[in-house]
Amino acid sequence: MTRFWTRLVVVLTVITGVNYIAWRWAASLNWDAWWIALPLVIAETYSLIDVMLFGMTVWKLKIRKGAPPPPHDATVDVFITTYNEDLDMVMTTALAAQKIRHPHSTWILDDGARPELKALAEQHGLGYVTRSEDWTSNLPRHAKAGNLNNALMQTHGEFLLILDADQIPEPDILEKTLGYFNNRRVALVQTPQYFSNVPADDPLGSQAPLFYGPIQQGKDGWNAAFFCGSNAILRREALMQLGLVGYVKETEKSIRRALAASRSAIKQARKSADVDTPLVAEVLDEVEAATVEAQRELDAGQPLSEITYRVRRRVDAAVQTLVSADVEALQADLEEIAAMELAHVGESGVPVVADDAVKRMSARDWSPLGALESVQAVLDALSVERNDEAQPVMPLATISVTEDMATAMRMHAMGWESVYHHEVLAYGLAPEDLKTMLTQRLRWAQGTIQVLLRENPLVQKGLKLGQRLMYFATMWTYLSGYAAVIYFAAPIIYLLLGILPVTSLSWDFFVRFIPFMVVNQILFAVAGRGIPTWRGQQYSLALFPTWIKACSTAARNVWFGRPLGFAVTPKARQSGGPSWSLIRPQIVVSVLLAVAAVVGIIRLATGLAEPLGTLVNVAWVIFDLVVMSILVRAVLYKGYQPAPEPADQKKES
Amino acid sequence: MEFSYEVRDSYAEVKADGRLNMVSAPKLREFVTDVIAGGSNRIVVNLENTAFMDSSGLGALIGCLKAARQAGGDLRIAAVQPQVKMVLQLTSMDKVLTAYGTAEEAFSND
Repeated sequence: MTRFWTRLVVVLTVITGVNYIAWRWAASLNWDAWWIALPLVIAETYSLIDVMLFGMTVWKLKIRKGAPPPPHDATVDVFITTYNEDLDMVMTTALAAQKIRHPHSTWILDDGARPELKALAEQHGLGYVTRSEDWTSNLPRHAKAGNLNNALMQTHGEFLLILDADQIPEPDILEKTLGYFNNRRVALVQTPQYFSNVPADDPLGSQAPLFYGPIQQGKDGWNAAFFCGSNAILRREALMQLGLVGYVKETEKSIRRALAASRSAIKQARKSADVDTPLVAEVLDEVEAATVEAQRELDAGQPLSEITYRVRRRVDAAVQTLVSADVEALQADLEEIAAMELAHVGESGVPVVADDAVKRMSARDWSPLGALESVQAVLDALSVERNDEAQPVMPLATISVTEDMATAMRMHAMGWESVYHHEVLAYGLAPEDLKTMLTQRLRWAQGTIQVLLRENPLVQKGLKLGQRLMYFATMWTYLSGYAAVIYFAAPIIYLLLGILPVTSLSWDFFVRFIPFMVVNQILFAVAGRGIPTWRGQQYSLALFPTWIKACSTAARNVWFGRPLGFAVTPKARQSGGPSWSLIRPQIVVSVLLAVAAVVGIIRLATGLAEPLGTLVNVAWVIFDLVVMSILVRAVLYKGYQPAPEPADQKKES
Repeated sequence: MEFSYEVRDSYAEVKADGRLNMVSAPKLREFVTDVIAGGSNRIVVNLENTAFMDSSGLGALIGCLKAARQAGGDLRIAAVQPQVKMVLQLTSMDKVLTAYGTAEEAFSND
């Protein structure tokens, strides 16, 4: 029955929304003020698409009845990921994990490699994993994804329960979720993330009841519920398949790159005056022929290891010819010297260079080809060993700081299924100060935008249309920062300058706008079934600087290889007085809004402005200020009172 | 790779700094030939700063030896570094080119 009402409201939202936005584009734009009219209508279109994607999500809202009983012989590894968290916190979680009822092994994945933690783990009979020696300092570590990938190589359980260091699991977490894996296609079961150190009014917006509720349940209906990094159970087989497919893809990509580079490297080497002997030219010809052949074989789909092996063999043979020629010439010189003055060389005659020596001199480290560095570098890159990563197989995606979403998307693309189990089975700790909260939100947003830019779900092979749109929906919401700026700017511009982005605020406007707004709010109420969504709505608008920063830094990172981190941590202190500087842009905007409202009223009083426009825009300003007011409470928030621990929980990555 | 030479009392010292490989070997040949043509037929190649030598480099050294002998003199090598020493031993060329500790020692006994 709920489903019927939800769908009815979705249909009404789409009808009223399209009706309004179509009219806005077709008949309402004030072209004299196109510089605000156009951005505003684009922002409104953005919001309509956002709400339509939300409607599509809840259209298939899936309420699961619980999992069947789990297979008794299922083997499970419980991973607790930690980097620098308080040892008490890690141990509390680890000991709770140890008490999970279904048979399992508990492992602490300590990326901080702390001896004290190792000792504690041993003392309590817990597994303890740190990075293997393959992770040398010159290779990327990939933060949490790297930590998990490393542990996957050192453990064997069929299923993996992943817990952040602060997520204390219930003893029945596996009993309630493992049964879903009786379906052989299920690769992931995600449970909610719920925080026990958050007061009822949730000043930092830590709980995400809309996301760990209708949104994930809706995505579940489209088989697109995704991995959120913690409180989830994964099927090892699916992860390993992902790692292997990724390895083959990466290797083929790097071989293609190397082959393409070899052409220009050989051309360059030929041009250089250094190498003008016919013999060297011959070797270069041979190397080129080998790479052309490799390219042909690659296009024909032959195995990569064989292709690269054959290139190596041909190049080695050519180099050996070169070395042999050097040795022959040298031997001839020696014969001539001997003919000149026999006494000098001795009775044993001219020394002969053995075949073994020729082979040794032809090996990669002593090869004459080494003199042509670019050619040598290209040949080195023609390998299947993946020397740029600590492990050739990386099951968890490393393309983003939010490895969870990227991994889930790749699983779905390979045909695996996922489950969202809507029951809190682990209790975590949320950030208790604004600075940490902002850093965390920035990371999530950056990671999501990275995935959008690197592996846009709309064009991923293997995903169904619904799945594509479900992933895209989450990414789309993170673009809201730009729309927010326009929504703040429009009333300020009207109230200060009297410039209206629409041709007139007439009956035509209200008759289209108001039904859309009302139905929109009803949709959230119906889909949310009474859960508090206001805090989430406030933060999605109020954190606009964070969203914008996330988009710009992620774009710079993906397109220009710039690090994400340089803009991340605000300078304000975590302890000490309220850190107003964290929300400076919001303070500036709020002051502008307030000033604009006052000016607008004065303009109205002096007859410079019309009543209806002023009324609408002042109301708009008041709404914006109410939204932003949450930040004042966030800055003044002193942490969760009943909790004895100080608020300095840090999360990795 | 950089070459330089200095004429001493009884010999000319050639320094070859860098990697003696396929690219630089012909240049060494040319350089030493010029030094011999300039009137020095007793040559010491100081390999103090030659970190690496491949088969072309070795060929060039023997070629230079031949040129020095043809001019009625000799070519000796000094201050050989580990990788070069390994190449010389591996190819038995250490029997032809004796490695001296320093450039001064090379012609000190004749």
